[in-house]
Amino acid sequence: MTRAGLREPAAVKALLILAALAYVAAMLLLPLGAVLYEAFLRGMGAWWAAIRDPDAKASIWLTLVVAAVSVPLNTMFGLAAAWAIAKFDFRGKTALITLIEIPFSVSPVVSGLVFVLIFGAQGWFGPWLDRHDVHIIFALPGLILATVFVTFPFVARQLIPLMASQGRSDEEAALTLGASGWQTFWRITLPNIRFGLLYGVLLCNARAMGEFGAVSVVSGHIRGETNTMPLQVEALYNDYDFVAAFAVASLLALLALVTLTLKSALEWRYRGALSARH
Amino acid sequence: MSRAFPRRSSRLPGFGLSLGITILWLSLIVLIPLSAVFLKSGSDGWHSFSSAAFSSRALAAYRLSFGAAAMAAAINCVFGLLVAWVLVRYDFAGRRLLSALIDLPFALPTAVAGIALTALYADTGIIGRIVEPAGLPIAYRPAGVVVALTFIGLPFVVRTVEPVLADASSEVEEAALTLGATRIQTFSRVILPSIGPALATGFALAFARGAGEYGSVIFIAGNVPFKSEIAPLLIVTQLEEYNYAGAAAIACVMLLISFALLLLLNMLQHWQQRRGG
Amino acid sequence: MSIRVEQISKSFSAYPALAGVSLTISDGEFVALLGPSGSGKTTLLRILAGLETAESGQVWFGERNVTADSPSSRGIGFVFQHYALFGHMTVAKNVAFGLDVMSRRARPSATDIRARVEQLLELVQLPGLGARYPSQLSGGQRQRVALARALARQPRILLLDEPFGALDAKVRRELRDALRKIHDDLGLTSIFVTHDQEEAFALADRVAVLNQGHLEQFATPEEIQASPASEFVTKFLG
Repeated sequence: MTRAGLREPAAVKALLILAALAYVAAMLLLPLGAVLYEAFLRGMGAWWAAIRDPDAKASIWLTLVVAAVSVPLNTMFGLAAAWAIAKFDFRGKTALITLIEIPFSVSPVVSGLVFVLIFGAQGWFGPWLDRHDVHIIFALPGLILATVFVTFPFVARQLIPLMASQGRSDEEAALTLGASGWQTFWRITLPNIRFGLLYGVLLCNARAMGEFGAVSVVSGHIRGETNTMPLQVEALYNDYDFVAAFAVASLLALLALVTLTLKSALEWRYRGALSARH
Repeated sequence: MSRAFPRRSSRLPGFGLSLGITILWLSLIVLIPLSAVFLKSGSDGWHSFSSAAFSSRALAAYRLSFGAAAMAAAINCVFGLLVAWVLVRYDFAGRRLLSALIDLPFALPTAVAGIALTALYADTGIIGRIVEPAGLPIAYRPAGVVVALTFIGLPFVVRTVEPVLADASSEVEEAALTLGATRIQTFSRVILPSIGPALATGFALAFARGAGEYGSVIFIAGNVPFKSEIAPLLIVTQLEEYNYAGAAAIACVMLLISFALLLLLNMLQHWQQRRGG
Repeated sequence: MSIRVEQISKSFSAYPALAGVSLTISDGEFVALLGPSGSGKTTLLRILAGLETAESGQVWFGERNVTADSPSSRGIGFVFQHYALFGHMTVAKNVAFGLDVMSRRARPSATDIRARVEQLLELVQLPGLGARYPSQLSGGQRQRVALARALARQPRILLLDEPFGALDAKVRRELRDALRKIHDDLGLTSIFVTHDQEEAFALADRVAVLNQGHLEQFATPEEIQASPASEFVTKFLG
């Protein structure tokens, strides 16, 4: 709250506000606008044709599949990790949390590289996989692995502080009333964290669908087969098929806007239930 | 079942299961794969490692990646502070919309950002059309990398500074005022130092993110070795040439720097907590 | 420095915080603004400091009309309830702040500033603590530093907003006596806000009792106890 005696002179205030708005408009709105402009440059018809192209449709499907597998996996991990860390005391908690957050500080390319090193032709399991005709790199499993790596901490990092601040008393009360561990978890813990969980899943999903660097390394860039939407965008762009590239990109931009909207809505209405209480 | 980690005060069930799943998944997905980088990069001995990790082409790539990341993070500190200031202290039409928009770089896929920025700054784009003839070309040059990384890092500084600014009590500013400080003196001697740790944290986060960034950069960078090739691209190039050890060596260097930054960030958190008092 | 307040009014949205309050304080007096929360006592203090602007009315310090003056030019010292110390500066730097920000012409030399800081720390009975940080001090010590800091520019008027509110009873009593002694020694005119009647009566020469923006009574503690001016005053005194 600004008090009367403290406010900057109205002129300075207006100037600062305008400067901030101008900066955000230039840095954020312009690129967004560029995507939409370039996508619809040749009209709705061309846009629609680009989306309905078989390779584009395959990339959409692939993106959905990758997300549908990675997000639930990391959600379950996040729940397990938060339960262990928030509801119990043990040594090495901080170290564990730091380890969980490592993927945030690893370059996406390195995140993909690690799986090539393990499952690629010259990797640890390369020859064995080749002998048994199992394809991980340059195929769907590789895409999923790389995506799981980069989205690893999202749900955990949202839930850990939230569950820690909620304490153990609710769960302990349920136990004294005869509930089993699972019942306690389903009926007591989950409802308490539902908005934080939703928030974490939302961010996890946005990253899973939008990941580029990591999947680029493990994908074979085979159109129609191993191109997720971001990779398809790159392929079309490198072919100079700009309208098609921006058309697919516009779908991803739409996803981003929906994510942002849901994120803001959650933050606005459920501020107290999203993260650790102060 | 013996307990390796004795539980002291909690009698809730599920400890073994949840901790087991956590450690298993963590090892399988993160720890073991990461170890592959270190093992592979060292597999041919030090000489082979250092010639790959410190070749002149690699050094040029590090210079570009880290240099551009530092510059972008610095730009974000200045403008990020401005945006955070305006969001926290003033009320105006569209403030909530502005706040929601700040997270766009987090939510937008990097490849989309990459082609959008290139479209803007190439010589046919809105901004490119102005700066190219003026002799300040941006696309396909290191400057383009800086612009892309500024976009990517924008939310970091804003989001780390916002809560600290919001928590700062107005009493402290009023005290400075009653002691005769002008508004500029109050800002530079009282407010700015108190958000110093938050600014440093935001800088480090933006820097760390920018150094490893790939998708938003490779479209707008020139990707010319020694001149406008970022380190992640060099890794990809090595992989495409089936030089796994070389790629791992460069990745190793980048990982070590990332971990050093993580350490720095932890120390910054401690510094901030001590100040808060 | 005498203080004259004429018909000060201020409201926050629809809520009238002060309604036409007038009083005159003599040079060297120690006055308490006493009342329950919402009575307007803090608002009045902040208007005297220049941290709030009144909607109508005038404030005079001596012969000067300071109604439109900023807090930095009124020659006051202000002590906040939660100390408002600068956490990133040492105690010495905190106390010296008012001198450090003076314009080059008016500013004393570095040696003089150091000497003054020493002198002030002695005055508040915290000698030698200049190198500590506020986070390393107890509540009572922090309040003493806040007091020393407010006195650095040799104000004629000292304003205190519930200065002992955040402290425990024993520390409170010590600081109370210290404050009164400093007031007497330096010949200040002091005004402090409190909701604690015992404190007001023990410390102040005169007490102004406020209720919902109105001044109920302004007299010495004895006069108030002997003849309370209204039913509110009687009830408030218990």
